[in-house]
Amino acid sequence: MTWKQRLGSAIPYILLTILTIPVFVGYLWIIISTFSGRTYGLVPVDSQGNFGGLTLENWSFLWEDPNIWFVTLNTLLLSVLLTVGVVIISALAGYALSRISFPGRKTFLAGTLILHAFPSVTLLISIYFVLRWISNLPVLGKGLPIIGGFGYNTVGGVALVMVSLSLPLGIWLMKGFFDNVSWDMERAALIDGCSRLRVWWEIMLPSIKPGIAALSIFTFITGWGAFLIPYTFITDQEKSTLAAYLNSLMGETAPVNYSRVAAVGLFQLIPVLFFFIFTQEYLLSIFSGGSKGGT
Amino acid sequence: MTTTAVPAEPVPMRVSYRDRLRRLVSPMLFMTPAGVLTVAFFFLPVIILFGISLTNLSSSTGFKNYEWVGFENYVKIVQNPLTKLNLIATIKYVSLTLVFFNIGMALVVALLSTHISRRAGFVYRALWLLPRLTPSVVYIMMWKFIGADSPYGIMNQHVLEPLGLSTANWVAARPWLFVILTNGFIGASFGMIIFTSAIESIPRDYMIAAQVDGCNAWQRIRHVILPMMRWPLLFVVTYQTLSLLTSFEQIYLLTDGAGGTEVWALWAYHRALNNYWGNFQWGFGAALAMVLVAIGIVASVVYMRFFQFNALVQEPKIEAM
Repeated sequence: MTWKQRLGSAIPYILLTILTIPVFVGYLWIIISTFSGRTYGLVPVDSQGNFGGLTLENWSFLWEDPNIWFVTLNTLLLSVLLTVGVVIISALAGYALSRISFPGRKTFLAGTLILHAFPSVTLLISIYFVLRWISNLPVLGKGLPIIGGFGYNTVGGVALVMVSLSLPLGIWLMKGFFDNVSWDMERAALIDGCSRLRVWWEIMLPSIKPGIAALSIFTFITGWGAFLIPYTFITDQEKSTLAAYLNSLMGETAPVNYSRVAAVGLFQLIPVLFFFIFTQEYLLSIFSGGSKGGT
Repeated sequence: MTTTAVPAEPVPMRVSYRDRLRRLVSPMLFMTPAGVLTVAFFFLPVIILFGISLTNLSSSTGFKNYEWVGFENYVKIVQNPLTKLNLIATIKYVSLTLVFFNIGMALVVALLSTHISRRAGFVYRALWLLPRLTPSVVYIMMWKFIGADSPYGIMNQHVLEPLGLSTANWVAARPWLFVILTNGFIGASFGMIIFTSAIESIPRDYMIAAQVDGCNAWQRIRHVILPMMRWPLLFVVTYQTLSLLTSFEQIYLLTDGAGGTEVWALWAYHRALNNYWGNFQWGFGAALAMVLVAIGIVASVVYMRFFQFNALVQEPKIEAM
């Protein structure tokens, strides 16, 4: 290869690296910043502005502020509820839509597809009223242990809303995964007198494990980072989620202590980065399978 | 798919009434949870939203003393002096983000990452997926710091000062730039993935033929790749226009509508659910949201017609047993 050809083949790398810089820089900053007293740009400095000042003090919120553990538990609870709900309900509906012919099937599929493209955030105002109505129901509204219920201002209610809004994507993906499973075994089982539900549980679910894994990871990450819906429908600080907590930190003190806020941000980012590093392929497959574009 | 010899469908004998009913039971079992939630959080809300938009329901009227006002809220939207400003902001936001990032950047990254080694291309695409997976509050915090005041901000400290240029708090000074950058870096990944699979599915022969004919890289892109990507391009444009039109979470976190960045969806949200005065105008906000819902319904129906819906919903191969 001549030097000219070599340069030619390097150009895409150089361009891509330049374009990707803002992504790098943001994550680099958050990591540096959490271990420094303050930073000038990406350089950690001490109180005089000289290089240095590395510290673990920003992480003191982990033992000094009990709220962080409440909101972390809430966020975890929300993400788990969301994941379990979305996976089970979409796997049920996806199976029926893929394998059973019943009246209304086509309508439901069309509806799912339309809702998939439909901008659900515009419905927040009326969902607020639906949640307030659920709140008035006995027990279910706000009398349940741990999740609080399914009404307004409860973790369960927010999970319910988020499950519903995630269903079009979930059902569509699950139907796609089921469509690709050969149905010889299933047919044999049905002829032997297995019920549909048992076929679903014992034959179909095990054969779409990778699909379930991909949808679970994606849904978990969505729930873990969710801001708008928990922030809108949960008013009590102690029931709120990590994202809302972080947002309130950024708003409260006049000169924002970025290093401390960054530590909370990195704390929230850890599970996302973990999943990202080990499961990128799964995640990319979700998006090529038909994505609900956030923006 | 499987084309193995499949026993012919059993000839349907006379199906008794009980059997027919029994056949409905299992699909019902499978569909009920999804059905109930879809009705409760999609269909009912659309109807409720329209209903609320016809009232003067607000935190000052309370839930009991509101009145039906017909289409007054819609008239108010037309007369409101903010309408024009927010409409312009919305158009600006959607078109600039779409052109520069959701289409432009997506195409550039897809083209570049398919012309390098497979492994490296995958790594770059994965990196571009990261902003979408990052919790929005953390993500916006990074951008706020990139643009923060001197000496803290990254842009000021590492780019502008060494060049001797003036510094500022750039999120406040150039709100539009940051609104488009933050949303763009999230939005680009959607198109990137679709375009990448489209580019990868172009037969290699075409590329080789073009190279034999002496096309340079740009000519290959212009005359071979782009013409074959008409459908994916159209798909991404329509889908992302709708998404952008109704997304406001990042703008809310970044500028909260300051500096002329109050887009339509954020306006509705502010009026109905989130404002400093605690005066929630659910009626007016619902009318604002209803405008977007109407656009959404029309767009998604048109879009279904357009992208050959019937091919996607073929009858299942296995019959109910």
